[in-house]
Amino acid sequence: MTPEINGNVEGSFQLIGGNFTNAGEASTQLKMKLFEFGVDDAIIRRAAIATFEAEMNVIIYAAAGQLHYYITPENIKIRVEDMGPGIEDIEQAMQEGYSTAPEWVREMGWGAGMGLPNMKRNSDEFMIESVVGEGTTVHMTINLNE
Amino acid sequence: MKLKEIAKVLDAQFITEAMDADDLDISSACSTDLMSVVLYYHSMNCLLITGLTQPSVIRTAEIACIKCIVFVQGKNPNLQTIELAKEKGIPLLSTPHSMYSVSGRLFQAGLPSSPEK
Ligand SMILES: Nc1ncnc2c1ncn2[C@@H]1O[C@H](COP(=O)(O)OP(=O)(O)OP(=O)(O)O)[C@@H](O)[C@H]1O
Ligand SMILES: [Mg+2]
Repeated sequence: MTPEINGNVEGSFQLIGGNFTNAGEASTQLKMKLFEFGVDDAIIRRAAIATFEAEMNVIIYAAAGQLHYYITPENIKIRVEDMGPGIEDIEQAMQEGYSTAPEWVREMGWGAGMGLPNMKRNSDEFMIESVVGEGTTVHMTINLNE
Repeated sequence: MKLKEIAKVLDAQFITEAMDADDLDISSACSTDLMSVVLYYHSMNCLLITGLTQPSVIRTAEIACIKCIVFVQGKNPNLQTIELAKEKGIPLLSTPHSMYSVSGRLFQAGLPSSPEK
């Protein structure tokens, strides 16, 4: 469901840890939504990549989470929060190449340590908060008008 | 470079018969087994060369706007991967050659590397 308030659209998706079968579904649907709104291809791609990386981290590292998006004529705001182990050293986690992904995750092609840097690179505003033992929340804003 | 030509240069077989795949125009390529590296490259008509065959490769390709996937060393994906690729309209190719050899052949044929940004 995507309720429309004054031309703004919001919605959310539940994410389940370890569920690789549906991984990427939330990002794909968001991508389609932006396409319907006639958003520029390059911006859709940036939003999809940032969202997908955040979605994959929840599926890989957390037990469960939620992806929430809010689209206005100016920008798209994405919030991805999870109930997971949290991140002890955010600065270290943000570094390209840093990863604690286990072997079975690496075998699937994840664990390059590029996810968080990719999210930051593709969003206009990026913020991450985390509490060890509680969870992690990523906030991203992507401007729709260059 | 047309996909038809790419298939010829790589002695590759089409695993899925996506519509108009022969005429698909590819402008760059990227070789990797790391999904986040696929997502790092910025190019709209890109080909992915990989040895990974699980469904998450198709998902990643879709998000990254990858136009076609070439599986190296004669690897063949399972049914789930093939079904997902069909659903997303991403043609799949399988070549007997190694990743290094595939990249070299395409580079020599004039297909540039996907730009890193
Ligand atoms: N939601 C999260 N919960 C707990 N830890 C996380 C979470 N997101 C990231 N991390 C930690 O930060 C590290 C770096 O994350 P990042 O997404 O950049 O790379 P990666 O997931 O290891 O590999 P890639 O994203 O390239 O496949 C992870 O290995 C993990 O230790
Ligand atoms: Mg990651």
